[in-house]
Amino acid sequence: MREDEDIAIETATLPLDAWHRARGGRMVEFAGYWMPIQYEGIMAEHLWTRENAGLFDVSHMGQLHLSGDGLNEALEAVLPGDVKSLAVGRMRYSLLLAEDGGILDDLMLSRWADGIYMVVNGAVKWEDIGHLREELPDAITINHFEERALLALQGPKAIDALTRHTTGERPLETLTFMVGGAFRIGDVDAWISRSGYTGEDGFEISIDAGKVQQVADLLCGEPEVKPIGLGARDSLRLEAGLPLYGHDLDPAIDPVEGDLAFAIQKRRREDGGFPGAPRILGHLADGSPRQRVGLLVDGKLPVREGAKLFDGEDEIGVVTSGGFAPSVGAPIAMGYVPRDHAAPGTAIAAEVRGKLVRCTVTAMPFVPHNYVRKTGA
Amino acid sequence: MPRYFTEEHEWIDVDGEVATVGITDFAQGQLGDIVFVEVPDTGAELSKGGDAAVVESVKAASDVYAPVDGVVTEGNSQLEDEPALVNSDPEGEGWFFRMTLSDRGQLDGLMDAAAYKAFCDAL
Repeated sequence: MREDEDIAIETATLPLDAWHRARGGRMVEFAGYWMPIQYEGIMAEHLWTRENAGLFDVSHMGQLHLSGDGLNEALEAVLPGDVKSLAVGRMRYSLLLAEDGGILDDLMLSRWADGIYMVVNGAVKWEDIGHLREELPDAITINHFEERALLALQGPKAIDALTRHTTGERPLETLTFMVGGAFRIGDVDAWISRSGYTGEDGFEISIDAGKVQQVADLLCGEPEVKPIGLGARDSLRLEAGLPLYGHDLDPAIDPVEGDLAFAIQKRRREDGGFPGAPRILGHLADGSPRQRVGLLVDGKLPVREGAKLFDGEDEIGVVTSGGFAPSVGAPIAMGYVPRDHAAPGTAIAAEVRGKLVRCTVTAMPFVPHNYVRKTGA
Repeated sequence: MPRYFTEEHEWIDVDGEVATVGITDFAQGQLGDIVFVEVPDTGAELSKGGDAAVVESVKAASDVYAPVDGVVTEGNSQLEDEPALVNSDPEGEGWFFRMTLSDRGQLDGLMDAAAYKAFCDAL
């Protein structure tokens, strides 16, 4: 076997770098940072998160704060989400769009009392900041929280572990999916939202980078919690049917093609006024020529990113993410196919090392989401 | 039965005219959970350094190279159903394929166990 790894010279370190290494994290370069791909093994970490709770260091992601007069209107001019109706403490998934409606990034918006808190992908955060500064009026202030760390605690027992250490303006358990608030973990101030990217119940925790080790130690001291690497984060989000920017989404793809029409709320569909609205509204009305779909793979051979998709002799599309799915117990994938091949049940094939592997288009997620949408439900 | 090692982390056991090839314990540790192994067909002609097999972990697919020239006499069919054998017993039940040796002289360029250990320690 040979390993060819091109490591960027200026690869940055996360605030928890030494902490990851001390716990046996195998560090790889990702999004310009050294990040732990795994600790004990991707399969075990994946299954642990689905059954218990996993702590993910996602401090490479960009945490931004936007404020100023006319912020709602300004943001609605660069993304297709309904910002105006977003109440304090509420969170919404949205998309930064290019002029032609292509996706520049996917992101999370949260309403704070003094503005909008935005979390963007680490790999494109500098481009995002540049784009926002270019497109937003001067009256809008963009503050990049470079001194903050971001942790995700994910899994059915995340609530138990986090509750033991958390005090705040409201009981932690009253947060429901896509709601956040100000809390303290031990004596550390934190913005905590009930959200994440694994399909499980869980929380995302924004804290001062200088205090992140204290919080990571506190949480990993709980019997339900283990640190989890990027490898399991990827297999968990794939099973949850969640797209990864730069792989499943890119500037050539619009929100309808990306199967993300849910991120365009009713008022925005009626009024338009976002980048690429003619193309996107046209695709909403008539369907897009191609669409992101899930694929169940026959047999055991993993079908990975870049595999071409075929209907008989005809090349019809491409796989954008794929691999072995530990909770499914089989390989799965997602990719793009023409609209007339996007119905669940459609039989197609993927090419792997010159061989055709049978696949079936399937509805996503592959593993049911376990979000807590109502307190006590 | 002498065992040799390559810098690409394959091992090769030589028993008379036939050799058994697999990947080392170090290699399986680096790869992590193995979910699929593609072994070469019987009769396939291999050349030293050329593609011989593919091993897929959860994370990625990796090529396994032929340590010497020769012809495949048997692939380990057990790996089809139990690819995880490569994790649990990489230098035993998790062997990949058996092959003839076209040029025994090529073995001289490979490492013995002590040299391979030193090689891994230096990585």
